[in-house]
Amino acid sequence: MPSLAPNSAALGLAQALVAATLAFAAIAAARSQGIRLERESLVAMVRGLVQVVAVGAVLVIVLAGPVWMWLAAIVLMAGAAGATAARRAARIPGALVLSVVSIAVGSALVIVPMTLLGVIPWAAAGLVPVSSMIIANAMNTGALALDRLRAELLAHRGQTEAALALGASSAVAAQPYVRAAVTASLIPRVDTLRSLGIVWIPGVMAGMLLSGVDPVYAGVYQFAVLAMIFAAAAFTALAATVLARRRSFGFADELVIE
Amino acid sequence: MLEARGLSRLAGDRAIVAEVSFGLEQGTVTALTGPSGSGKSSLLRLLVRLDEPTGGTVLLDGADYRNLPPPVLRRRVGLVLQTPFLFAGTVADNVRFGPAQRGERLSDADVDGLLARMGLAGFGERTVDRLSGGEAQRVSLARTLANRPEVLLLDEPTSALDESARGEVEDVVRATIADRELTCLIVTHDPAQAERLAGRILSIDRGRLVGDRSSAARAPGADRPAEAAV
Repeated sequence: MPSLAPNSAALGLAQALVAATLAFAAIAAARSQGIRLERESLVAMVRGLVQVVAVGAVLVIVLAGPVWMWLAAIVLMAGAAGATAARRAARIPGALVLSVVSIAVGSALVIVPMTLLGVIPWAAAGLVPVSSMIIANAMNTGALALDRLRAELLAHRGQTEAALALGASSAVAAQPYVRAAVTASLIPRVDTLRSLGIVWIPGVMAGMLLSGVDPVYAGVYQFAVLAMIFAAAAFTALAATVLARRRSFGFADELVIE
Repeated sequence: MLEARGLSRLAGDRAIVAEVSFGLEQGTVTALTGPSGSGKSSLLRLLVRLDEPTGGTVLLDGADYRNLPPPVLRRRVGLVLQTPFLFAGTVADNVRFGPAQRGERLSDADVDGLLARMGLAGFGERTVDRLSGGEAQRVSLARTLANRPEVLLLDEPTSALDESARGEVEDVVRATIADRELTCLIVTHDPAQAERLAGRILSIDRGRLVGDRSSAARAPGADRPAEAAV
């Protein structure tokens, strides 16, 4: 029986093939019901395999590399996350910059102090993957917040302009919608914390258990990671909505998004 | 009091408002009429910078309005929108909103007095979701008046109302204008309403001002000479 902690590429490939065979069986079962998944699924599986192998190869280099390489990987992740989140906010002027800035600020506000305090280990194998989890979640939350803010402002254009017409600043006029966007964007993160350990055993804890770490410590550290993810997501949502709100109004505090 | 000078707004190649110039004298009531889509509401929005003009400007007491902070401009030039868009909460919350932006708190007596003049005595603690269309529009007018504007812009204030509510709101508008000697510009697509309320009638079509005449009826301000500034 193979070890639960695979340490060879050949073993990993064998495991991937066995798992893929099961996926093919599911595709065949679907086909027997007239549901044709094979083309799309095959492309997605091949693409996924190539991507994770490539990422694994890059990580081999990064994890063995110098500090600047770890930090460069984290900066690249934040940039890519910003570009992805910006697609949701494409109609807000300057969406790319505000997405990158908000994700970078939100993530840095957590990663830097937590690393200095030793909560995130100062080692490539700790810093890079934990940072990637924080940045990925900040990206999702930031994108949700931007999407929701735009929708709220458009749905409440009348109320927003009524407030402006009464002499309110854009910050006051948009306040209820900024609040709604931040709250809504954090619902998935709150649900994650609420269901922790009951509905699912998250990746960090699963990985630590597979590596033979004490389950109680693995659980507590998983909570620490999720708390950091929540904090970074909240900072990102706040930064993204404040920046997007500013971009949604013109020089005369008039609503300019469409 | 208020003067539009060559006011224009382009949307792409299309002129929504084109080179509009007119003046409003202190204490006069002017109606702005025209068919749907002629640019009436767009012109009103330009006067309070809810949209920015692509050409021209507005003078308020001789000063370019672009030199005023937008909240100050919008306090001095109050706009009542076609749809009330009241804020969630009570009627009193809505009336207090404008002054609160400047750190002022209207007393209960001020709120009650203002509501009484709108025919809404005792409505202060009522939540806005329990108002009829006509009551909501009168609350909208009350909260604009709570800012003590020097110029009042009304964007078809009765167009979304049934006949009886229309009459109530029109009566309140007429009484308010006479009571406060406000400088007022009322957008309406109803020529009869324009005659009833205004001393001067401007006509707009395809974004251009195409008429400027005195009203036949005597209305507040009707005895004042019309500005021929088209």
